[in-house]
Order: sequence, then C-alpha cells, then structure tokens
Amino acid sequence: MLKSKTFVKKTRSGGVMKIVREHYLRDDIWCGSEFCVECKQESPVLQKDACIESNLCSSTHYLIPDTNLVLHQLDILEDPLIRNVIILQTVLQEVRHRSAPVYKRMKDIIHDAEKHFYVFTNEHHRETFIEREQAESANDRNDRAIRVAAKWYSEHLKRAPQAEELQIVLLTNDRGNKEKADESGLVVYKCEEYIKSLTANPELVDRLALTSDDQNEITSSKILFPEHLPLSRIQAGIKSSTLLQGIFRASRDNYLEATVFVHGEGDESTEVLIQGLQNLNRAVYQDVVAVELLPRNQWVAPSSVVLQDEGPKDEDKEEESENMLKCEVSEAMLKPTGKVVGIIKRNWRPFCGMLFKSQIKEATRHLFTPADRRIPRIRIETRQAAALEGQRIMVAIDGWPKHSRYPNGHFVRNLGSAGDKETETEVLLLEHDVPHQAFSQAVLSFLPKMPWAITEEDMKKREDLRHLCVCSVDPPGCTDIDDTLHCQDLDNGNLEVGVHIADVSHFIRPGNALDQEAASRGTTVYLCERRIDMVPELLSSNLCSLRSNVERFAFSCIWEINHNAEILSTRFTKSVINSKASLTYAEAQMRIDDAHMNDDITKSLRGLNKLAKILKKRRIEGGALTLSSPEVRFHIDSETHDPIDLQTKELKETNSMVEEFMLLANISVAQKIYDEFSECALLRKHPAPPPSNYDILNKAAKSKDIVIHTDSAKALADSLDEAKVDGFTYFNTLLRILATRCMMQAVYFCSGMDSDFHHYGLASPIYTHFTSPIRRYSDIIVHRLLAVAIGADTTYPDLMDKHKQSTLCNNLNYRHKMAQYAQRASVAFHTQLFFKSRGNLNEDGFILFVRKNAIIVLIPKFGLEGTVFFESKDKANPRLTFDEEGPTLTVENHAFHMFDKVKVTISLDASKIQHQKIRMALIEPVIPGVSVAPPEDGPEAKKAKLDR
Amino acid sequence: MAGLELLSDQGYRVDGRKPSELRKVQARMGVFAQADGSAYIEQGNTKALAVVYGPHEVRGSRSRTLHDRAVINCQYSMATFSTAERKRRPHGDRKSSEMSLHLKQTFEAAVLTQLYPRSQIDIYVKILQSDGGNYSACVNAATLAVIDAGIPMRDYVCACSAGFVEDTPLADLCHAEESGGGTSLALALLPRGGQIALLQMDARLHQDHLDTLIEAAMTACKGLSDVLDSVVRQHLQEVSVLTRDLGVCFSASPCISVRKPPALYLL
Ligand SMILES: [Zn+2]
Repeated sequence: MLKSKTFVKKTRSGGVMKIVREHYLRDDIWCGSEFCVECKQESPVLQKDACIESNLCSSTHYLIPDTNLVLHQLDILEDPLIRNVIILQTVLQEVRHRSAPVYKRMKDIIHDAEKHFYVFTNEHHRETFIEREQAESANDRNDRAIRVAAKWYSEHLKRAPQAEELQIVLLTNDRGNKEKADESGLVVYKCEEYIKSLTANPELVDRLALTSDDQNEITSSKILFPEHLPLSRIQAGIKSSTLLQGIFRASRDNYLEATVFVHGEGDESTEVLIQGLQNLNRAVYQDVVAVELLPRNQWVAPSSVVLQDEGPKDEDKEEESENMLKCEVSEAMLKPTGKVVGIIKRNWRPFCGMLFKSQIKEATRHLFTPADRRIPRIRIETRQAAALEGQRIMVAIDGWPKHSRYPNGHFVRNLGSAGDKETETEVLLLEHDVPHQAFSQAVLSFLPKMPWAITEEDMKKREDLRHLCVCSVDPPGCTDIDDTLHCQDLDNGNLEVGVHIADVSHFIRPGNALDQEAASRGTTVYLCERRIDMVPELLSSNLCSLRSNVERFAFSCIWEINHNAEILSTRFTKSVINSKASLTYAEAQMRIDDAHMNDDITKSLRGLNKLAKILKKRRIEGGALTLSSPEVRFHIDSETHDPIDLQTKELKETNSMVEEFMLLANISVAQKIYDEFSECALLRKHPAPPPSNYDILNKAAKSKDIVIHTDSAKALADSLDEAKVDGFTYFNTLLRILATRCMMQAVYFCSGMDSDFHHYGLASPIYTHFTSPIRRYSDIIVHRLLAVAIGADTTYPDLMDKHKQSTLCNNLNYRHKMAQYAQRASVAFHTQLFFKSRGNLNEDGFILFVRKNAIIVLIPKFGLEGTVFFESKDKANPRLTFDEEGPTLTVENHAFHMFDKVKVTISLDASKIQHQKIRMALIEPVIPGVSVAPPEDGPEAKKAKLDR
Repeated sequence: MAGLELLSDQGYRVDGRKPSELRKVQARMGVFAQADGSAYIEQGNTKALAVVYGPHEVRGSRSRTLHDRAVINCQYSMATFSTAERKRRPHGDRKSSEMSLHLKQTFEAAVLTQLYPRSQIDIYVKILQSDGGNYSACVNAATLAVIDAGIPMRDYVCACSAGFVEDTPLADLCHAEESGGGTSLALALLPRGGQIALLQMDARLHQDHLDTLIEAAMTACKGLSDVLDSVVRQHLQEVSVLTRDLGVCFSASPCISVRKPPALYLL
C-alpha cells in the first residue's frame, strides 16, 4: 500500500550534474530500546540494564558516537565491554563513503548480537530528518543531524516508564560539535574523557587513538619536518609535472633511505631515490606520496650502508649518520633524487612488533619497534609497559605531526610472548595480511542449519550418481576433500571417466556475507601446523568435503574416453555422489601395485592410472614443463606440536594421476565457460617469461658445457630432459629448480579484459581453476559460470560484469601471493624451531647462486636454502673477486661456481629476538680464515645448550 | 567505495521506502479541454502527460483500416527538459519507437476495440520529467486519459516496474535504483482478472527469480489500480457536482468507462 508522506526533495549538486532524489520520511521507524512502550518493535536491541561502570554516568546509558569516532576509534568500539550503542544512519553512511574496511568491521559489530548495537535510520525518520541550511557545510549538517537524533532519543525515552535514570550519551571529539551539544542540553563527552571514566577497565585507555588535539600537548614546539603541501597544490603540481606521484618504499636496511616508485606511461616507470630524514618527510612504507625532484647537482647514489634506527638519540648523532650516507661515487651511479612534499594517501594498517621500553621507570610514553624494518618506530602511550615487555603487540598509527620525530600511535592488542609458536604464527598472518579472525556471526548465519540432509527437492534437480564407484586420493590427514574420481568401462568398449568436485557454490550464494567473506579471503592458507579456512569449518570439513560413505553434492565433469586417452565427449552436471573410499596417495599406490586386489575401486584406479600416463606423455610432448621446487614437510610431534623431523615431499605415481585429471577437468571447463561467456570468463594464464629471465639458467648450464634452448616451452622442456652430467645425478634437479625461478607468476584474469590466454607452463591455450572450490574462491566463480552455462543455477549482475570480475581477480592474485609468502614464512619459522632443538648440523649442499659477497646454498636433504656470507663486521674480510660472467666468486684463492658441492654447518642465530634466522657457515672446501672447523653433531650442541 | 547502497540492512531503500512500497502518486484527469481525453500523473519525480483523440475516422492511408475493430495509434516522446542532462530528442528514435509500440500493444489488449470498427484512437504520451519507470507512468497516464475520453476498457491497465536487489524484489524503481545494476522488469496488468497485458525485461534473469519478481510487480500494480480508481472516482464526483449545478444529469456507469459530460465543453 502506498503511504503518502511529507516528502522533502533533496538536491545534490556534484560536478555538473544536478541530481534530484525523492526522500520519504516515515513514522514507523522504532527506537530499538527495551524501555519503550510507544514503539511497535518486535525485538528491541538496546537492553534495559545497559550499564558500563563509569565515573561520569553512573546509571544506565546508551552511547551515540559521531562519524569521526567510528572512523578513528573503532578499536574501542570493537571491545566487548562497549555495548548498547546507537549507530545513526548518517554516521554509517558517512563511514561507508569514507572507508570500506571500517564499514565492513562496523557491520560485523552490528551483526554481533552480543554487542547490542542498534542502527537508527534517522535520515528517514519524520522527527529527526533535517535539511541542510544556507551556507552550512555537509559536515556541519551531519553533525547537526547527529545532535538532533540524540536529542530526539533523550526526549523520546524520557516518556518511557522506568527510564528516568536512562541517559543518552553523545561521544564526539570535535570541539565545536561538543559545545553545540552542550548548549542544547545533551550529555556529551569526549571519547577520551569517557573511556578514562571507565574505572573498572583501565586497559581500554591504551586502545585510544591519539587525536590531533592531544598531539599539541605532547611534543615540543620544535618543528622537525617541512610542512606537507595541501592536496589541491599537489594535484596542480602533478598536472603541471613539477611533482611526481608514486608509492613510497622504505629501504629494509637503511632507515634514512627510500625509493618512490613512479608509474609512468606504458612501461616507463621510474624510481626516485629519497635520502635523509627531512626529505623522507614522514612518509611511511606503501603510502602514496608526491615527490619533487632535486636539481641534478644534488643527486646521490644509493648507499650500501646498513643503518638501523637505534631509538631516541641526540640530533647531532642523527646528522652524523646522515653524513655517513654521503660518499664519493662516480657520476654513473647517481640516481634521480627527490624529496617528499606531500602525502596523497596514507596506507597505514595495524603493525606487529615489540615495545621498546622507555628508560624512565614511570614513563607512559614508549617507542614501539615494528617487525617489518621498513616501518618507522611508533610512539605509543601505555601504562602496561612492564606487562608488555617481551610480548608481540599490535599498534596502529594515528598521525605524524611535523614536530615529532616518530609517528604517534596507540596500542591495539597483545598477541602473546615473542618466540611462542602461536604468537609467531599470528604475527606472520598479520604481516602477510591474511584474514584469519573467526568468522563473524553475520557470516555464520548463512550456513545451512544442522542437521542437514539431502531432500527430495534437491534430488530432482541433480543427477543421481550415488551408484558410481567414486573415490578420492589426497595427502594424509586431508579433511577438506574437494575432488573425487571414477572410471568405468562402457558397453561400447570405451571408458567413462568422471571428476566430481565439491559443490561449494550450492552453499555459498552470491552476495551474502558468507560469499563476501570468502571472496575477500580468496584462498585457504596452509601453514605448517595450521590451516586458515576460506569458508567456515562446517562447509570445508563436513558438508562440502567429499568424504567416503556419505552423500554429498558434487559438480561433475564426465568424459567418454577411448583407450588412447582421446576425449570423445564431455558433459557437465550437478550431481549427488557417495564416495566409496578416501585414500591417501600411498594407499592408492599400494592398491594399484598389489596384484591380489581386484575390487571395483582398485580397477577404477588402475584404469585412471593407465589413462593418466598417456595424458601426461601427450602433454609433455606438447611442450608442458615439469619443474621442480623442493617442498619440505615437517613431521610434527603430536603433543608438543614441535617439528621433529624435516624431509622433502616425495611424489608418487598417484600424485600425478590425480593431477592429470584435474588438469583435464580445468581445461575442459575453461573452454566451456569461455565459449559461453567470452567477455566474463574467469581464467588463469601463465605468461611466457622475457628472454632475459633465462640469463642465469643459461650461464649455469654453460658452466657444465650444456646448452639450454629457451625459445619455447617445448624447447626448454626438451633441453632440460637432455641436460645430464655424469656422476652428478642431482644436477638435473638443480637445473629445474633454477628454471622454476625464471618463471613468471601465473595469474587469474577476466577474459573480456585481456587477449593473451596462454598458459606457458602447461602449454595449454586456455586454463582455469575448477577443482578446488573449498580452498580457492576463483573456483567458486568458475563453478557459478559453469552452472549458468548448463542452466543449473542462476546468474547475478556482478558475475557478468567484466570490471567487477577484474577487480576480484586482482584481489585473488594478491591473496594468493600473500598466502604463498605466509606459507614460506611459516616453513622458515618451523625450520628455525627445528634447528633450535637440533643445535648445529653439518650437511652437504650445492651452490645455487653466487653473489658479490656471498653464496646461496641449497641443502637437498631439507630443501633448505641459506646464505653463506664472506664479510662480517668483527673480522678482517677476505679478498673477494666477483666475476659477473661465470658467475664466479673468488675467495682468497678458491673460486666458487654455481652448482659446486660444499659442506656447511647450520645453526640458529637467536641474537635478535624479533628477527631470528638460520645461519650457515662454510666447512668444506677449507679456506683458511674463512671456513670454520666442523663442530660435532648432536651431542655437543646439546651440551652447549646446557652450558648456556 | 562507490555506488549507492540500494537496500540497507535495516530494509530501507535509498529514498526511505520499504521494498514493496510505491512512490507517491498524484494524478489529475481532464487537464486539456480540446482533446477528447487527457490526464496528468506524477509517480514520485516521474511526471507524464497523456492525451487521447478518438475514436474517429481513420486518417491517412485507408489500408490501415481494420474492419472488425479500431486501430490504436500511440506516440511516445520525452521532453528535452525531462532529464538532468538537456538532450535533443529527435522524433522517432529507436527507443521511443519501441516504447510507442509497447504502449500500442498494451492498449490493444485493454481497450474494447471491437466496439469501434473502421476507426482510430490516438494516444499521445509525453514524459515531462523522468526519474525511472517511464513506461509505467505512461501506461497509467494513458489509462486515465482513455477513461477520460470515455472509451470503454476491459479494466484499468496499471503498470509498474520491479527490480531485484540481493534476493529482495523492489517495487516501483526510481532512476537511481534502475541504473544501479540488477535486472528490472516492467509489467502492465489488468488487475481484476489478473491478466498481464505486457511484460518487458531487458537483462538476464534466472527463471527461479522470475516468479517472485512478477509477483512483486503484480502486487504493486494492484496497489496502483486502487490509487487510479480513487482518482477516477474523485474526478467523477467533481464533474457530477458541476453537471448537477448546470441541471444536466447523467449516470456514472458502475463500470470504469466514464462518458464525458458535455457540460465540460461549456466551461
Ligand atoms: Zn521508542
């Protein structure tokens, strides 16, 4: 029914367009309080006993934060203590507009029933809507709207029974807003005032972000940095090319040096060198900054000095270290040098690190040292410094005023003690931006209700494949089984082969919170002893996981194949399957090899294995590469969860059998979705590397008199196959490891945005990911596209929008990259743990790379790579000559070549708590003054540990 | 973050309506004296004018004459000032020809054309201001104008648009909602019998969603028909007061066809 309401026209002039929108005001928007009897609400959110112990307001009170408070003090609002908060629509909309991540976090809080956050749609309420007045800025209008809504609340709830004590508290840090609110008789506090009044919970104070008001009080008036230019002048400068815009990248080794990466037209990107504190001008790693080039006579060369900020010191010393940067260099070494004149966009995130306690005992201001060396130290205020010592903590930057040597920040949370396994894992997840918090209530609300069972309705829409002898083959301990296989003889003598993939897109519907969360996570991250799921466990390990002897939904790809492994027909269908066995690679291998076993599963496996061998042979003949990178696996103690053994992963025939059919399914699906949706198919490509990437491989091969052809993938594959050196069996593997390093990263892309689809490594003209929807979001999208293509599911606008798809691909590529880094970091950390428990080990290794002052050694036994340095601070350096052509490094009289065999001793260097690392030292060949005497294995190391 | 949030978590749309609520409708009949029938309608910010001539003899080529019923001729146009961007709109561009054709089909289904063989009815509609749902506003205005002209119809033809946002159907879309992505459909309904006179959709939508969307559009159409009905009755009352004053009596048919009172010409 039409409810005609007083309506007000809202005119927004943005740019040249005049937008006229209707704006309806309603009288059926309720207040959401349990006290109220006037409003006809069903389940009020705001509680009757909304009491937080506070000095300022002793009775029940509801909080109303303003926009800036939500944007800057979200850490406070997220605290479980803060409950019964009214979020105004004005605030929520402004937050949405200003910061997407804050908006998402805010929504998560609102969905959390425990928090009792109520969203009041004040902009459409008849009594709280206000119009912008003449000469009033949009911000002022919104502030007024917030005050009007707060006023309305206090008057509205005054009428409710038993609510005499109830107070509505407006929280704002804006002085003007506060004064006006005071005038109109509202209860209003500054955020800091209020939080400090919470006597029962003093720890909350630390989580306060410092506001600009406070900064004036803190620091001396001495101005250390030049003023930043306002945005308007920066824009004008960039337009007239007097300024350059780029991404600020601090140097890892030198805190006084950075480069700004300027994106030019096409491939023309330049790097501008920035040196010295004044020129760096408060820019932080990853910020988008504006730089001004210095005149040519002030250009400098990147210094090779390692400089670390050692904490607070005198000004003179600072100058001294700045002088150290300047040294005589040849003209050719000079780089374009500039200075930062303004910040276009800050890219601050919360940083992990450790507290650097102030020497003054009672001080509350301390310096925080981030784990990432590219981030400057941050000054924070905390009263729990003693408790935080030796702990890994998280700190957010609030601002960097021009008279402060360090940025100001606030404590966010404590992650645990340093060196602790859980803490370190948490740190590496945070530092690699891997979303790993528990799934929010909003996300969980979209899970199917348990107990879950397949209904008649479901069966009608799906093909019943429960009779097929389907089984899965996975690594041991796998609980998220997303692929199963079957193979059976057909009456016409051909074979029917099916790949059945978990039907995750059945459970994750487009656009809901569950889908958004999965899209944002992008991938499941596998660490050494932990898995960070992309979808909640109920789906990943139960409803979607194709476990044996339960009925599960699947998306099947079924081929008719003849005995020469030629595909005669392909079809796709949504199905219901019942897997007959969940096998490990080893179990499957055993069944195939055991001549006594002749059951259906084994026969099916043998058929698959036979076909896979033909498929693989054909693929390799077609030019697909088989590369190698040593993957390590830790044997983890079941009780202490410490790594007790380390070995490289072993590959069985069955690994490649499963892989072969997954590739086949992926290629078939890629073709199908591309045929159907040429503009918006999500595909995966692997670009051919530029020829220069192969330089190192060619040099390495030449040192052993072998020629590697790199003109095509096929040529490369062939020459890698032929590359063998007598008496050096590991040589081929080493070459393949090197070849892997020459490759480009494979990426997802949207078919409508690109013309080159080729997958270089697989030598396939088209490729996508279809077979692991439980752990990769790309596969979910591919499932949806395929489902639409065969008419099994519905489409939605974003799926068909190539720009949105492209944005999604960028996120997926980023998440995959970060997941890989996190995985590597996790392996590195566990390697450290392993060597910590082992003490020193002496191992054989091969030189993988030769550098100017070091060699990089690979230990095949552990798949471990380490660097042997020939320069050190406390010893006289040996004579080093580096020859770029070989490449060879001559130390004293011994020349090191690539692939030389060496013997090293491995130990853990724990001198720096925050950056522990594996250290390698040379044992053989013996070079006097360089190599070390081999320490005895095992027992002595243990003794050494005891002595310590 | 770009784009508008079309439906908030609290269930309000951009302009403050709930998903199934219509925009405010205001209408007047008999706005022009020279035409046989005319009407003006406002659906939110969308404003349309409809004028009806006829039934009269077929003009122009005789070949168009139908021996068993009347020919309906529709012409749709948009005023140059109807959108935020001033645009010259040449007559007979593809979009308006298509819209004219749709209107023709809609009214052929509703008007009792067999009562007027060998004659022609002209319906002219113009969008004065556009804010989404142009087709619906045109149909609704034309319905009122046809009634004003006293041409008998099977039933009111009511039209309304509906769209889909996150699994929730929205009725009567405004421009922001129409352009915010998502599929929308326009539906013209003869509400009493529940017959669909026209259904139009430009983008893809899965079959499963079609029913809910049509359902939403039909409910909206029925709501609109109540509004149109009250407009007609109101108009009738005003007119009959006038005619009574002039001493001319006529009986309003219980149906929806309203004979034009000759008295109006005198005023
Ligand atoms: Zn109330």
